[in-house]
Amino acid sequence: MGADPGAPPAADRDTRLAVNGEPLDWREGMTVRDVLQAKNYVFKLLIVTVNGTLVPRGSYDDFVVPAGADVKVVHLISGG
Amino acid sequence: MSTSPATDSPTTSTARDYTVRTSYTQGLEEMRAAHKVLLEVPFTPSEPERGYNMRSLHVDLTAMKVTEKKVTQQMKDIFVGGRGFGLWYLWNATTPATRWNDPENEIVIAPGPIAGITQYPGTGKSLVVSISPLTDIPIDCNVGGYYGPLLKFCGFDAIEIQGKAAAEVVVVVDGPRGVIRIEECPLEPPDSHVLSEIFTHMYATGPEDYKNVSVVSAGKGSDHSYIGCLNFSFWDLRRKAARLKQAGRGGVGTVFRDKKLKALVVRGPVIKADLNHVADRARIQKVGSVINKEIHDLDSSQCNMRRQGTAHLVEVMDAYDLLPVKNFQYGNHPDTKNIASWVWDKRFTQGIPDGCWYGCTMSCSKGADGHVVKTGPYKGDVVTVDGPEYENAAGLAANCGIFDPDWLLESNFYCDTYGVDTISFGTLCAFVMECWQRGILNAERTGGLDLTWGNAEAQMEMLHQMARGEGFGVIAGKGIRQMKRIFAENGWGDPKLMNDIGMEVKGLEYSQYQSKESLAQQGGYALTNKGPQHDEAWLIFMDMVNKHLPTFEAKAEALHYFPLFRTWFGLNGLCKLPWNDIEPANNAEQAEPAKVPEHVHNYCEIASGVTGIEVTKEKIIEQSEKVYNFQRIFNLRRGYGKREHDWPPYRSVGPVTVEEYESRAERYDKQMREEIGVDPEGKTTEEKIAITRQYREDRYSKLCDAVYKRRGWTTDGVPTVATLEKLGIALPELVELVKQHGG
Repeated sequence: MGADPGAPPAADRDTRLAVNGEPLDWREGMTVRDVLQAKNYVFKLLIVTVNGTLVPRGSYDDFVVPAGADVKVVHLISGG
Repeated sequence: MSTSPATDSPTTSTARDYTVRTSYTQGLEEMRAAHKVLLEVPFTPSEPERGYNMRSLHVDLTAMKVTEKKVTQQMKDIFVGGRGFGLWYLWNATTPATRWNDPENEIVIAPGPIAGITQYPGTGKSLVVSISPLTDIPIDCNVGGYYGPLLKFCGFDAIEIQGKAAAEVVVVVDGPRGVIRIEECPLEPPDSHVLSEIFTHMYATGPEDYKNVSVVSAGKGSDHSYIGCLNFSFWDLRRKAARLKQAGRGGVGTVFRDKKLKALVVRGPVIKADLNHVADRARIQKVGSVINKEIHDLDSSQCNMRRQGTAHLVEVMDAYDLLPVKNFQYGNHPDTKNIASWVWDKRFTQGIPDGCWYGCTMSCSKGADGHVVKTGPYKGDVVTVDGPEYENAAGLAANCGIFDPDWLLESNFYCDTYGVDTISFGTLCAFVMECWQRGILNAERTGGLDLTWGNAEAQMEMLHQMARGEGFGVIAGKGIRQMKRIFAENGWGDPKLMNDIGMEVKGLEYSQYQSKESLAQQGGYALTNKGPQHDEAWLIFMDMVNKHLPTFEAKAEALHYFPLFRTWFGLNGLCKLPWNDIEPANNAEQAEPAKVPEHVHNYCEIASGVTGIEVTKEKIIEQSEKVYNFQRIFNLRRGYGKREHDWPPYRSVGPVTVEEYESRAERYDKQMREEIGVDPEGKTTEEKIAITRQYREDRYSKLCDAVYKRRGWTTDGVPTVATLEKLGIALPELVELVKQHGG
């Protein structure tokens, strides 16, 4: 079985995350809110999954993201 | 013009009391007395059955003749209504040789079968179709305000305006009286905030009737430019004012004024819950009550449309490097905070309904009351500015390097009342400011206008010149495509550079999103039928941020689905915003959440509930695909609609200049290293720009291949006969046409 292309390389999994396939430095206790702030994702219509688990919008401040996690932040569309 | 206060207001001071504004109705009786009735035709008013009246109105201003036409079953089956009806009427009214200012060109206004229901938000839209002076192909605009629904409730599914009047006229459809009149109207000023108020008062039977009157008008800016827009009014009961919504794109206001039309007026019946006489009202109410609750409960934690309208996007786009700054060179600016949503949250009057049609709980037609006009013919007046919406804030302000909310209100107000498209004006103003930056323009060439970035007073003077038909404003008002030609003919600049930085495709100016870093959105703009407007497809987040469209095929699928889904709003008289500017609480748990599946289901329910014909999500796409392909073939008939016409300016694809490249050097160098396979080390910026350009343009070309294939078109972008047959639109004249072009 091939490696998940969204996951960080094995050597980095203790120190990094993958957010929409791009690497991000990880730190102990990092929450979903911290990830969004680090990426400057200020848009509100988001769908966040961490290792495939949906994180409810009300839990962004509390949900702790583990090292090496594959974080997907889906931005919906608005405007126009 | 009078600048005395409204009768119920003691002052025109700077107070932000939303009932205080300058009144323009003094002299109304004198204006009325100057009217001369040129034609008066009785008609039998009717109400639609299951969304349709099965008749439309044709007005010939040359012959001074009004004719009723039957809406056929074939029209409903193929074109549905709205934009579809407009395109079909325009096709039949014109020839390939018809130019925008020929008498046979039409302005068609059609609301669509769903338009006018009041149980679901965003259901009062009119669609405007005409041959555009900017593009020479059909343009379509989706606009709020009451004109279309009221026309429908007088008994007509569409109105075609053809011919040219000999003098300034108003065409009045008075439903309750059952009469259509064409009147000469010499005295009223054409500017929309004045004219809408005057005609609302003139044609209503009294204050209780103001809400049943809607006025369509342009303004002085439409007289002297190719970027004229139409303002559709709706009576704001709380403000006691005629508010305006814009049919903005492509110069429809220019066509309107060229016909010597001062206004269209409709007076309809009092709006009730079921004037559409729908097939199954309970079915509509069921989904309507659900989404209205969603908006009530969730809007404040989602897009906040009810307080800020689309202006909520200003700082969002800035944060994602997508806000056009200085003619789309850059994507953000430190001063964006001065024009961001929190500014408008305070400037907009809060707590009063701002829907542009009855029953719209999204209520996003925000108004900034108490603006004291700083310049021009209305200097010192107190006005309500409709907006700014996102496009105005981005285009009139950020894209021109102007970050002052008062100047933004000023330009927003004057664009509206002059009948000037804010999007085209913002983008062309940004273009001439960059031309100034690069020495293509100077004070001698602009007649003294100093078009330095951020010079709001010069921007306003250019707009006033446009309205007066004077000076450099007249040249600017011809749009970017014509300006590029004129500047090149005068030897003022390098034509290649101007082509790269002039943000237009097909002759239409870009709307206000950066597409450089999203290949899908480059197609979302340049592969449109009418020109680069975001109402076909907005794919930047899906592509650039979510990375959900990794292949050409995935991008092509999105560029198939989303333009077709959004076309459907225009066929039915719907607003796009309640589709995805509010989402159900459980949307994240759905398959394909970007499509907002529950709301797609709602649209199936209301379409079925209105017409009595079952509409599925597949049928939505099928209905749109017929009209979308027809419009492409319409372009083809007029000598356009091929691959060469879908090619974007390079500014929308990648960095044109050294400054642009270096502003995102890390991103571009990374792409060069990882995707192109070239080491940027040791290369000059000019060399890196050339390498990036070759790569990106090649990818855009491959995107065209994939999209055309997905849409069932040839590699030259021509719909094939097989596609027409599959869609059930293999009409002999269409088949003959596509065959001539290899389809």
